[in-house]
Amino acid sequence: MSTQHQKLERHSLGFAMAILMVASIGGIVEIAPLFTIENTVEKVEGMRPYTPLELAGRDIYVREGCYACHSQMIRTLRSDIERYGHYSLAAESMYDHPFQWGSKRTGPDLARIGGKYSDAWHVAHLEAPRELVEGSIMPGYAFLSETRLGTGHLAASLTALSRAGVPYTDAQIENAEKDAAWQADAEQYFEGELQESYGENVQVRDYDGQPGKLTEMDALVAYLQVLGTLADLDSLNLEEVQR
Amino acid sequence: MLNNNTVENVLVLFALAIVLVGGVAILGWGVPLAYVLHGWMIAIFAGWGLIWMIARMNEEVRDIPLEYNDKVTRYGVLAALFWALVGFTVGDILAWQLAFPTLNGDVFWSNFGRLRPVHTSAVIFGFGGNALIATSFYVVQRTSRARMASETLPWMVFWGYNLFMVLAATGYPLGITQSKEYAEPEWYADLLLLVVWVGYLALYLKTLSRRAEPHIYVANWYYLAFIVVIAMLHTVNNLSVPVSIAYPKSYSLFSGTQDAMTQWWYGHNAVGFLLTAGFLGMLYYFLPKAVNRPIYSYRMSIVGFWGITFLYLWAGSHHLHYTALPDWVQYLGMTMSIILLVPSWASVFNGILTINGAWDMVRTDPAVRFMMVAILFYGLSTFEGSFMAIRPVNSLSHYTDWTVGHVHAGALGWVAFITFGALYKLVPWIWKREGVYSLRLEAWHFWLALSGTLIYVGAMWNSGITQSLMWQTYDADGAFLFSFLDSVIAMHPYYVARAIGGLLYLIGACIGAYNIYMTVSGPKKAQAREAGPLVPQPAE
Ligand code: HEM
Ligand code: HEM
Repeated sequence: MSTQHQKLERHSLGFAMAILMVASIGGIVEIAPLFTIENTVEKVEGMRPYTPLELAGRDIYVREGCYACHSQMIRTLRSDIERYGHYSLAAESMYDHPFQWGSKRTGPDLARIGGKYSDAWHVAHLEAPRELVEGSIMPGYAFLSETRLGTGHLAASLTALSRAGVPYTDAQIENAEKDAAWQADAEQYFEGELQESYGENVQVRDYDGQPGKLTEMDALVAYLQVLGTLADLDSLNLEEVQR
Repeated sequence: MLNNNTVENVLVLFALAIVLVGGVAILGWGVPLAYVLHGWMIAIFAGWGLIWMIARMNEEVRDIPLEYNDKVTRYGVLAALFWALVGFTVGDILAWQLAFPTLNGDVFWSNFGRLRPVHTSAVIFGFGGNALIATSFYVVQRTSRARMASETLPWMVFWGYNLFMVLAATGYPLGITQSKEYAEPEWYADLLLLVVWVGYLALYLKTLSRRAEPHIYVANWYYLAFIVVIAMLHTVNNLSVPVSIAYPKSYSLFSGTQDAMTQWWYGHNAVGFLLTAGFLGMLYYFLPKAVNRPIYSYRMSIVGFWGITFLYLWAGSHHLHYTALPDWVQYLGMTMSIILLVPSWASVFNGILTINGAWDMVRTDPAVRFMMVAILFYGLSTFEGSFMAIRPVNSLSHYTDWTVGHVHAGALGWVAFITFGALYKLVPWIWKREGVYSLRLEAWHFWLALSGTLIYVGAMWNSGITQSLMWQTYDADGAFLFSFLDSVIAMHPYYVARAIGGLLYLIGACIGAYNIYMTVSGPKKAQAREAGPLVPQPAE
């Protein structure tokens, strides 16, 4: 071994190539099949891409680094399932670019937070966490209620996501900016249009308690309220998802 | 000018021109203010580099001096210390924020979520990365007995890398982040790093190819692995689709499960090739020099090196146990993580047995003491890591402070200890001083850092296990005994203890920085002596 290795040690370029070859094997074996093996992502009813407002909320979640304290991945352990609900399916994050599973639970898991609390609770909690939950160590995000939501880039965002494989239609991309405002409309004037475009499970209402004003709080709460609610878990064939 | 290597000059000019165009495009089209500022920074950096290059090319041709080039190493050492102080300070602020949440300020830029990546990037890439670049330049020259293969590239690598760091650290508080752990910088910063990294690799290979020694020394294997594998990881994990040139925002190319696996393949190997391989390179040069004894076993070096290079890349899935990732990948990752202990401990034994016979130096020389403790913490954290990779153990440790404790046993105890040990040796060498300004202060630094680490890690082991037990304890009726909030409140004393441990560590580092500053500004050694003769290079 030593003498052969001594030969390798004489060639800097050869050594570098050897490193690259040896180091790439693990990734090729473990990652490449995930793109080809069909049952990496199971088929579930109800999954759909995020609406522009939910996506804007997700961008805020990403911007604020919420993943540093909150996971979005309920493991198959009993204690996880009983505390947070059905374990997370791969399909539930299939439109998440990037994934936000997280690695630390300084706060609770959020994978199924949607529908668990009212909008008003979320707004109050985000603005001043300790007023609602004494002992919480979460920072306050009152500035979200005061910041108007920027929507100018949403069409470009949807285009970028469709390039990455999310099935947005041309019409959805074109209407992205409008759709975002419509979804937070207190009058729910365009509920029909939105549900036709994105599906029955789109929730249309004023989220932040400030009708007439589209804020970052609207977007973030809309995102939180959809988390974990899309996949129709009853329709699931459990045999099929046994991995 | 100093060298007349036209091909290289043209390539560097070309790269700078592209970076300049990119910077101008960003500052011209960019919409968010922070992003426009970044455009200005990039453009100014590239413009300044171009002017500098052109001025150099118009200078008269001078001979390249027949000596080692340590100027960039000096800058690198100072940059590493700067980022260390930034990173440790922000780390301790975070620690206090977790203990006393009002310290978040509830202002948009200062909350925990935005500051945390400032800490991780500043310590891993700012402190660790600069220390690795600086020492690798020093080591490759000595072990090859050749001067750096270029007069300009080392500067490009140093400044380009630190520009990347500034973009990263100023971006997060202003909301520019991908929120992929340890890969947070956005697409334009990633592209900049890619250009810099290609330059680094070319420079390293070219310097190696000039060596006067027939064989490449072990330390260089590790530095080379660090450079090559980080290039691969960085490129694949940061594949993304930018929204447009007007916004810093991008969406990662992969989603969900595939993105998770790619990310932790990256994440675990940022640990494996930056925080481990790079610093093993440091160990394999500075430890034998410090104790004046050869590496104990050449064979063990080979096994350790190829074992780590092969196995680490398989282990990423232990970050995803019991998740929606297919089970076979989880089991494969677990198995490889356990086997990984063998090459890891090969380095531990190799290091300890190299010190064997010079134990008195551990007592008399704080730098050697730093290095020895670093090896012990390396052994501890790799053992702990392999243990935590076992699925049932991970069902307890995952998502808890136990992980944070493991991280900092490695980060504080191994990465920072080996770096400080090496720097205390390196600084007098490159500034040609008799020795470090004060051995007493060096010893103070050592004891503060050691006690800070023990307090930090001890507190996190306790809080981690408490958390996981509280999350999984049922009463007689099968209901949970504790709410999640109970576990948050129970963390308070441990978080205070951790913040105090971190403060001790930070004070130690400040003393270290002062000591190094005094060494640098002190008197020069009477007569400079070099380790080995430098071999003249044929003119190109
Ligand atoms: C044989 C070597 C090692 C193995 C098998 C290993 C294994 C592990 C495991 C199982 C986790 C927990 C993953 C989770 O549950 O989320 C982890 C986390 C981590 N380890 Fe190690 N470890 C090793 C060495 C090291 C060393 C030397 C460092 C140096 C600093 C280190 C840094 C980290 C970091 C930064 C994380 C946290 C990742 C996150 O953000 O979640 N590890 N490691
Ligand atoms: C004064 C010294 C330090 C203090 C007080 C400190 C404090 C902290 C705190 C409070 C966190 C957040 C933990 C959480 O989210 O619960 C953290 C995370 C982290 N720190 Fe440090 N830190 C210090 C030094 C370092 C060093 C030297 C390194 C690396 C070389 C490092 C690497 C990390 C990493 C990788 C994480 C993320 C851990 C994870 O995701 O599991 N830290 N640190």
